[in-house]
Formats: sequence, structure tokens, C-alpha cells
Amino acid sequence: MTARPITEEDLQAAVDCRLQPTRQAEVAAHLEAHPEIAERVRDYRQQREALRVSFASVAEEPLPAELHLGRMIENRQQPGRRWWRSAAAAAVLLCIGGTGGWLLHDVAPSTSAGIAALSQEAAASYAVYAPDLVHPVEVRADNRAVLLDWAAQRLKRSVTIPDLAASGYRFMGGRVVATAHGPAAMFMYDDDKGTRLVLLTRTMAADQTAPMSKQSHGTAAGVTWASRGIGFSIVAPLPAARLQPIAEEVRRQSGNI
Amino acid sequence: MKDMMRLIEPLIPALRRYARALLRDRTAADDLVQDCLERAIGRWHQRRPDGDARSWVFTILHNLAMNQLRRSSARGRHMAIEDADDEALSRPPVQEDALRHADLLHALAALPEEQRSVILLVSIEDLPYAETAKVLDIPIGTVMSRLARGRERLRRAMAGEAGLAPPAPYLRRVQ
Repeated sequence: MTARPITEEDLQAAVDCRLQPTRQAEVAAHLEAHPEIAERVRDYRQQREALRVSFASVAEEPLPAELHLGRMIENRQQPGRRWWRSAAAAAVLLCIGGTGGWLLHDVAPSTSAGIAALSQEAAASYAVYAPDLVHPVEVRADNRAVLLDWAAQRLKRSVTIPDLAASGYRFMGGRVVATAHGPAAMFMYDDDKGTRLVLLTRTMAADQTAPMSKQSHGTAAGVTWASRGIGFSIVAPLPAARLQPIAEEVRRQSGNI
Repeated sequence: MKDMMRLIEPLIPALRRYARALLRDRTAADDLVQDCLERAIGRWHQRRPDGDARSWVFTILHNLAMNQLRRSSARGRHMAIEDADDEALSRPPVQEDALRHADLLHALAALPEEQRSVILLVSIEDLPYAETAKVLDIPIGTVMSRLARGRERLRRAMAGEAGLAPPAPYLRRVQ
């Protein structure tokens, strides 16, 4: 015998085990008397359990470095120290990079100079020009000499256009683009599927030499490095592991300037 | 900030789980949680000290997620559900379970956003109804009715009654 009628809310609370013991007993009695409702509640319980199982492992994954709360708090409280720390980290990376190794190092996007800035500029060029269907490049590949002259004049040093055919990318053309750190040459490539790749290069005041580092720009990945005062950043909607050999090819070819 | 570490840090795995269930994309979800934590740090001193930290930080995350989903749907670029990052979610080891699991995720994807949020917060995150109401900024009666409607819809979809229509993609890929 039940004092109050059993409501839909009671049934939902029964699924979530959130009923008071007395009410729990009343609901149980009600379910016993109504098998079709009991079946529905049983389905809800199974559904709840299945959902929990489906998403359980997400909470067990190790936290990525970007989600370390202690570090985030520290960075926010001591903006002055962050610069020193980045500089120290960069110095260490330079030493390691000198051995020629490929380094996976996420550059903090807040860094305002050097290759971190260059990687952001390349990402911006990629975001603006790569989706452009009408005018992705100012000077097309068949006017290569004009583009090279233009870039050399603005960058005040000779520039080479890497040949990425071996990686499956054709040179489309390029343009000189503005960055907060002066003019940069942007070269664009595409493959048979129309996937576009952007290479940005400019002279470097900070980080004149820096080992390769990878960046994640949403759905695109970036690889950025600098060598003898010239910085390079390559951005494409590819997994970092596939972009890396292309970046190494660019570095190999541009090493002979 | 010591109490922030104590109260918020243990919630980060659950925040990641909720974000991933909403956006269904590992990178986008973690970016969202990072954004949420940055905001939480910035607003920590504005928080009512007697307020519950969990519903407070879940509210921030939920609002960011809704903004993102709205923004990207306004942009009109979307990703078909088949392309969604299923790898981002776990898979039960047994084969038949895996199929059922995929069906369930499809059915979940087909739910209206408002019902999905309630189901995720109540069923997976174990938020009490009153806390869920606070996070979603709706009356508790609305939580209960959305929960009942959402669960029934999922049940029918799983039973193959209402699940025939292809689910509308809910993840909008942000460039």
C-alpha cells in the first residue's frame, strides 16, 4: 500500500539510487505490481551503466601537460618568471637540438618572440590563405623567378623554394606576408587530394637557431625551427608524424643557401 | 590558491570526460577544459566561498561548450557523425558490446542537446539533481522532465523503435 502515488520522478530517482529508503521500498512494491514499468526502469538502469562504461576510461587517461592546474596557476601568478623559464628551456633545447635530434616540444603560444611567434604567424597565414579558393597565392608557381626576387628583396636575403615533389606536394606559388616581426615569405603547396601546406619563412631576431618543435593548431599541425638567423614554420592538416619528414626535407634543401 | 588545487584538481578527469562526451573530439575537449581551468583560476576569488566547487566549475565548462557548439553550428561547417573521433572514446573489450556501445553513442548523439547534458551530468558525472539544475541554470523540475524524456528516447532508440532516423551530427568541427 502506498501513501503517495509513484511519479515519473520517483522512477528516475530509483534508476539513480537517489530515493530515501522508505520511498525506495514503496517504489519497489509499485514495480513488483507493474511488470511493464519494472522493465522500463531496468532498461534505464542498463542504459545508465552502459553510458558509464563507455566514458569511464576518459577519466583514467593521464592528464596532458596543458591541464596541470598547479602549473597553470603558477604561470598566471608569476608572468615575469615564465619568460625566464622559457628562455632557460630554450637554452636547454638548443643544446639538445645541436646534436641533430628531432625534438617534440610544445611551444607555449603566449611566447611573444622567436620561433613560438613564427609558428603562430605561420598558423595565421595557413588559416587565411589555405582555405582561399580564389586567390590563395599572389604569385603562381609559373612565375617562380618573380616570387623569388620579391621575397629576396623584402627579406633582404636570398630565398629558396623547397621542392617537395618527393613528399607528394606540388608548389602552387606564394606571396610576401606581413608579420609582427617583419616581412615573411609564404609558400603554398598542395597534393593530389587538394590538401594544402603552408611554409612561412622570415629572418629571426630572437631564436636565431632553434631545433624543430611541433605545434598543434586545431586540426592542423605545425613544425617550426630556425637556422642561422632564418626561421621556418610549416603548417598542414596532417598528423605531426607525417609533417615531420616533410619539414626535414625543407630543412635539408634550405640548408644550402 | 591552495584550496583551488584541493577542490578543483581532483575534478579535472571528470571535466575532461564531460567535455569529451559533449564535443566527441579529444583535442577540442581538452582545449575546452584548458580554457575552463584558465577561467576558473581567473575567477576563483569571485566564487562564493560557501558555494559548491564542483557545480561552479562544471557551469563554466558547460557554458563554454554550449558557446562553442553554437558558434560552430552558426559557421555551418560540420563533421558527419561517422567521421567523429570514436577513438576518443573507450571501447568495451567484447565484440557484441562494442556494437551496442556504438549504437548507444549514436543514440546519444541523436538526442536534443538539452536532454544529452542532463543525462551526462546525472548518469555519468553523478551530479545530484539540484547540482545539475544549478549547472544548467534550469529549475529542478525541468532537470527531471528532461532526464525522463532523454532516457525514454535512448531506450526506444536502443530497442530500434525510434532509432531508424539517422542521428543529426552534433559535433561541429572547429577549423
